[in-house]
Amino acid sequence: MNGGAARLLRRIAPQLVTLAVILATIGFVFPGFFNIAFANERLYGSPIDILNRGAPVALLAIGMTLVIATRGIDLSVGAVMAICGAIAASAITAGYGLPLTLLMALGAGIACGLWNGLLVAVLGIQPIVATLILMVAGRGIAQLITEGAILTFNDAGLAYVGSGSFAALPMPAVLWLSVGVAVALLVRRTALGMLIEAVGVNRRASSLAGVSSRLLLITVYAISGLCAALAGIIVAADIRGADANNAGLFLELDAILAVVVGGTSLLGGRFSIIASLIGAMIIQSVNTGILVAGFPPEFNLVIKACIVLAILVLQSPALYGAAILLRRTS
Amino acid sequence: MSESQALLRTEGLTKTFPGTRALDAVDFDLRAGEVHALLGENGAGKSTLIKCLTGAYRRDAGEILLEGAPIDPRDTQDALALGIGTVYQEVNLLPNLSVAENLLLGRQPRRVGLVRRRAMNDRARAMLARYGLSIDVTRNLDAYSVAIQQIVAIARAVSMSGRVLILDEPTASLDRDEVAMLFDVVRGLRDNGLGIIFISHFLDQVFEIADRVTVLRNGRLVGVHDIGGLDRLRLVNLMLGRELAEETRETGRGGIDYDAAPRLRFSGTGRRGAIAPFDLDVHRGEVIGVAGLLGSGRTETAELMFGAAPMDCGSVTSEGRPLRLASPRDAIGAGFGFSPEDRKTSGIIGDMSVRENIVLALQARQGWLRRVPMRRQRELADDFIKRLDIRTSDAEKPIGELSGGNQQKALLARWLATNPEFLILDEPTRGIDVGAHAEIIRMIEELCASGMSLLVISAELDELVAYSHRVIVVRDRVHVAELVGEAITTDAIVKAIARPAAEAGENAR
Repeated sequence: MNGGAARLLRRIAPQLVTLAVILATIGFVFPGFFNIAFANERLYGSPIDILNRGAPVALLAIGMTLVIATRGIDLSVGAVMAICGAIAASAITAGYGLPLTLLMALGAGIACGLWNGLLVAVLGIQPIVATLILMVAGRGIAQLITEGAILTFNDAGLAYVGSGSFAALPMPAVLWLSVGVAVALLVRRTALGMLIEAVGVNRRASSLAGVSSRLLLITVYAISGLCAALAGIIVAADIRGADANNAGLFLELDAILAVVVGGTSLLGGRFSIIASLIGAMIIQSVNTGILVAGFPPEFNLVIKACIVLAILVLQSPALYGAAILLRRTS
Repeated sequence: MSESQALLRTEGLTKTFPGTRALDAVDFDLRAGEVHALLGENGAGKSTLIKCLTGAYRRDAGEILLEGAPIDPRDTQDALALGIGTVYQEVNLLPNLSVAENLLLGRQPRRVGLVRRRAMNDRARAMLARYGLSIDVTRNLDAYSVAIQQIVAIARAVSMSGRVLILDEPTASLDRDEVAMLFDVVRGLRDNGLGIIFISHFLDQVFEIADRVTVLRNGRLVGVHDIGGLDRLRLVNLMLGRELAEETRETGRGGIDYDAAPRLRFSGTGRRGAIAPFDLDVHRGEVIGVAGLLGSGRTETAELMFGAAPMDCGSVTSEGRPLRLASPRDAIGAGFGFSPEDRKTSGIIGDMSVRENIVLALQARQGWLRRVPMRRQRELADDFIKRLDIRTSDAEKPIGELSGGNQQKALLARWLATNPEFLILDEPTRGIDVGAHAEIIRMIEELCASGMSLLVISAELDELVAYSHRVIVVRDRVHVAELVGEAITTDAIVKAIARPAAEAGENAR
């Protein structure tokens, strides 16, 4: 197992270094950045805020990693967030009670994932097109559920999912950390991870070796839908309302970015959920960093793009090759 | 015409890929005003030779001479400019542009930067008229049949190059009348003094159109012949190669009790468009060889038996009980294994380790919940690496970095790890080096001695003769002959492959 730990560390080292550099930079500019306080039975401070605010993207990145490992992509996750948030809000206001509400919202997420999986695995539609359908339609469905308005609720139980705390940590952070650990264990302790990678690298060869690639594909899209549902519930619970127009808007792109920054290839195959989660934290650190830096908000997107570009350039094999070449010639 | 008039020559042309020598000092010559057929089984080196001539590949050694002057095409554009044009099986024109645009793309008549559409169409019509074709050149190319598209492609290639025309399987998707139309065009070009290289798997067409034939096998030149001095049988012999003849067969023969109930019985199984219905019994400890030319239905037979291309008629029984074979999973559940012909696209999982590739089928059969413990995976991998002598630095190396022969051995290991009862090997020895070749043949013999049943497809007839208890000969998607025991000789196989369908009666099943 020692060899395994060393391999894991080597795999996630670039992401860890990147995260450390970004945090150190912010900390250097704002010395108070790392201050953590304990109040009202939970921790407060910018690092905790990163864990908290990063929850939706981190959750999406978990499912997205598995989908991308099969050489697919799931563009619908942002819309699925909106659908599931809307369902949660309307179910709780209709008085279904918390357990049933959560069950309905999560079930809707799985159903969305199954729909995507069906289009991809059974009908053979390209993933980017197949999930684009739900990306467009999903937001419409969410608007139908909320009837165009922002559907607010006052249920303390549901709000707890978004703004409560557990073991001194904000609830969203607890959720993404535990889902991350659970899924990482699920794929690595069973053969799921290896079979997903095999299908992603060579679906035909995997099928000929007896892998039920169709079922696997449907499964990963279902997991992605489930993760999106949880993210949608968190976002709705946080603001105590479902905003069909804005919940999860463009978050599918952040999730894809987190996976890519995490070093999983869009061509499928090898994946690391932990690296994607660090990727999600990198993105959130950049967001938070820009925020505390007090730049005019109109700079945010451009600065973020530049930082992401820098990260990707640093990770590119071409640069790596050039570095080796440089060392050899000097 | 005398030798000195060679239009295009190669001398000692050599091209090596990692693990294989695709072309080994090949001399080839093409005269002006002839149709020269280039023949050989898959992997013989035809396409490598063509790609060297058209600049798609850079040769490792040797000379290419065009009208006596050495040339060195860097890419296909360069070759075109030198006078060498190529038309491929899949027409590589732009189906959504008009015929005229396709013919003149990149050199349309212009005035102040604007295309002169009428002049372009006139010129295109004139070009096609030379081929006896009068069609509406303003319509999109995909409005026309493949045959017309082929002729448009030829017209374009000839107008840009004009000395050598290479036709790479141009007739593969044409019907009889279209082939006749295409051949009229080809004859016209030949009579105009073009040198034409013609590649086809259809021997009838070769006899119809070619003046001379060059045969390649395993990257080497086998011979150059005038078509008049050849018959079908001789040509098939040259293509398949059988200079090792009879002496190799001795091991593992006999001892199969054909009266006992078979392990597997395929009755009337077939699939429309792939392979005609056939009957086949598979006995314990038996090696069944499958012979036939490329595209004859060899691979289709294997895919059908493994459930990869499900049968649409017939039934299968295993030990007397009915067996459903609708997918590879069904077949694997019944103890089958299948090592496909195309290792890269259908066999290996390139980015994954040797270990993972070896345990994949076993893991897939166990299901994702019951993971093969890591320790067991390592044991299995190390054991097979040793047993099959798979040359790799360690079990964690990506399989894509291994040589072809070692990849093949790892694929064998993948199936052996599942303890199969019936193993189907499609071209297990193609494109691998001599050492690995011998080891795989030894494995086949050992496995059948241990009671496993095997179905082996191979273009190497000597090999089939050496280890098969029975040989099925496939031609034109029909099982046309079955040779048993002493009747298995390369001669008999070649005769069965070459015999025109009408005479095949007595052995056909």
